[in-house]
Amino acid sequence: MNALRSWVKSLLLVELFKGMGLTLRVFFAPKVTIRYPEENTPKSPRYRGLHAQRRYANGEERCIACKLCEAVCPALAITIDSEQREDGTRRTTRYDIDLFKCIYCGFCEEACPVDAIVETSITEFHFEKRGEQIMTKEKLLAVGDRFEAQIAAERAADAPYR
Amino acid sequence: MTQTLHELRAYWDALPPALQLTLQSIGGIMVIMICLILAVAYMTLAERRIIGFMQVRLGPNRVGPWGLLQPFADVLKLVFKEVILPSSANKFLFIIAPIISIATAFAAWAVIPFSNGVILSNINAGLLYILALTSFSVYGVILSGWASNSKYAFLGAMRSAAQMVAYEIAMGFALVGVLMASQSLNLNDIVLGQSGNIGHWYLWPLLPLFVIYFISGVAETNRMPFDVAEGESEIVAGFHVEYSGTAFAAFFLAEYANMILISALASIMFWGGWLSPFQGWHALQGTFLGFLTAASFIWFAVKIGIFLYAFLWLRATFPRYRYDQIMRLGWKVFIPITILWLVLEGAAIVLKIGPWFV
Amino acid sequence: MVQEIIFIVLAAVLIGAALGVITARNPVHAALFLVLAFVTSAGLWLLLEAEFLGIVLVLVYVGAVMVLFLFVVMMLDINTATLRQGFARYAPLGVVVAAIVAVEIGYVVWSEKLGVTFGTPVNHPAEYSNTRELGNVIYTSYVYPFELAAVILLVGIVAAITLTLRRRAGTRSQDPVKQVRVSAKRGRVRLVNMPSEPRHGGDGK
Repeated sequence: MNALRSWVKSLLLVELFKGMGLTLRVFFAPKVTIRYPEENTPKSPRYRGLHAQRRYANGEERCIACKLCEAVCPALAITIDSEQREDGTRRTTRYDIDLFKCIYCGFCEEACPVDAIVETSITEFHFEKRGEQIMTKEKLLAVGDRFEAQIAAERAADAPYR
Repeated sequence: MTQTLHELRAYWDALPPALQLTLQSIGGIMVIMICLILAVAYMTLAERRIIGFMQVRLGPNRVGPWGLLQPFADVLKLVFKEVILPSSANKFLFIIAPIISIATAFAAWAVIPFSNGVILSNINAGLLYILALTSFSVYGVILSGWASNSKYAFLGAMRSAAQMVAYEIAMGFALVGVLMASQSLNLNDIVLGQSGNIGHWYLWPLLPLFVIYFISGVAETNRMPFDVAEGESEIVAGFHVEYSGTAFAAFFLAEYANMILISALASIMFWGGWLSPFQGWHALQGTFLGFLTAASFIWFAVKIGIFLYAFLWLRATFPRYRYDQIMRLGWKVFIPITILWLVLEGAAIVLKIGPWFV
Repeated sequence: MVQEIIFIVLAAVLIGAALGVITARNPVHAALFLVLAFVTSAGLWLLLEAEFLGIVLVLVYVGAVMVLFLFVVMMLDINTATLRQGFARYAPLGVVVAAIVAVEIGYVVWSEKLGVTFGTPVNHPAEYSNTRELGNVIYTSYVYPFELAAVILLVGIVAAITLTLRRRAGTRSQDPVKQVRVSAKRGRVRLVNMPSEPRHGGDGK
């Protein structure tokens, strides 16, 4: 009886039509593809992308050259030189992040006592010449100035969970 | 304007009849070839889009609106690539193999009726001609596989040779059923024999033969799930692994042209070709849907489109057959079923059963 | 005029291909020359308005027989040197066969001088179906020879199948029918109830 049933089933291609029914259903299902340049996947506020240095509202740079980030960096990507200004505060003269070494772990951001170095959710960056991968202090500050609103919003969104 | 047309007309009439016939044939061939190549180009796009849709993604949609220029981008890329001749290949056979593939795929279109009487060569043995040419197309695969002097290509060629011979028999038997029903080998007469509405098509009395014909057609064109000749995951690309550039494109052109050919044949022999499924429906006549009852090329194109969709649908649904299962299906399942059905059909013809065998 | 040109071209190609079959060193090339010979002779038959025979020649010999031939020839590593050894021994037989064929051809070519006449081929109208005529003759006048040939072919098929259908002991093969019939509930998975076994300290845990 079982043999007869399976014989009839295979003769009528029942299983094949079941499979084709499935693909036909999927054919009309909404597609999961993200059309990248026009669309983007949603990102968490904790996303760790391109680095930036932030400033205070009065325009003063936050970084105090405490070198905690340099110390914590597992990939040794950060190099800091510092000096003492005339007003007695300590500031960096050089703050380089080698993005080829960086593993985007976010430890620098965690270590920073003044929230100066942050990782933004920017992913679309590239280098065309050797040496461009070194994010100097000027470049970091420029990124920070340009995306300050976005950076601040992301920090605020994540603040309750810290 | 009309003046020049009349002059052209007079000039044409002055030509000897043999030359007129030759020019007409060449013109017909050019039209069919260009339409076919365009159809193949958009078939590749349709394949990628439809299979993409069946895999919950979009497929190529970047080149031009909805990706409509994608085939041209592909062709440009392939044309500008170098055709590499393997150093130990048999040069002559290596070059002639894709030519054979593409020539047989195109030559079969000579006897396909696109509408009543619209046919390049209305020969009596049209069905046999088609069978002979499709059986010839296996040489493109075998020669390319052997001439490449490559193990993978050779394995692909051997697989496809055995497979094509096996499925050709089932296909031939399925067509014998059509031949018995229509009493003719002429494709135009076969379609006219199915006049009437959808119920008069040979699809219904020959349903098992239709299913077997279509599946054999899929196997004959080495399409999924019978694509062991190419079998990307097993033998890289099978028989055309050593080909590049335009020679590689020629194989694909031939494969897709064969797919369209199989679809056209299936619609001619089982689905009434260019005939309308609503032929003679008085409810439709006189209304704005009246054009649906008329037989036209559009119905033929729609039917071909349905079969081509089925080709892609099968490819998106089923995994590749194991080789011994392919052989078992061809020899031990399809051929006995076709023979059985031919006997039943013969009995029905003798007893004059149904609306089909009167 | 056009027909004669076509005939001469096809005949020249046919003779060239036939010579190629017996002179080609590579067996695959020889087989391919044979394919070419079949195709050109099919063309000659089409010229004679025997389109059924011409197309069936391509369908059966080119499409099936020669494919299997090539299949075998390509797989085998044929040593052509050993094949040529028996040339002297078989030469007399070959000469006799060639002589018979030559006499037959001469008989046809010089038939008028010998006083023998054959019916000249009749030109038929376009709607004349060679296939239908052939079927009419086969199933009426020649039905017994035809059926006899069919029976002999059937015996050949049965013999070939019985020769290859040897069941060797100890081979493993799958039966797809049985594989498909396995149900997930019964047969594929067997649930057993047993007490858990204590872990032995093999890996030091």
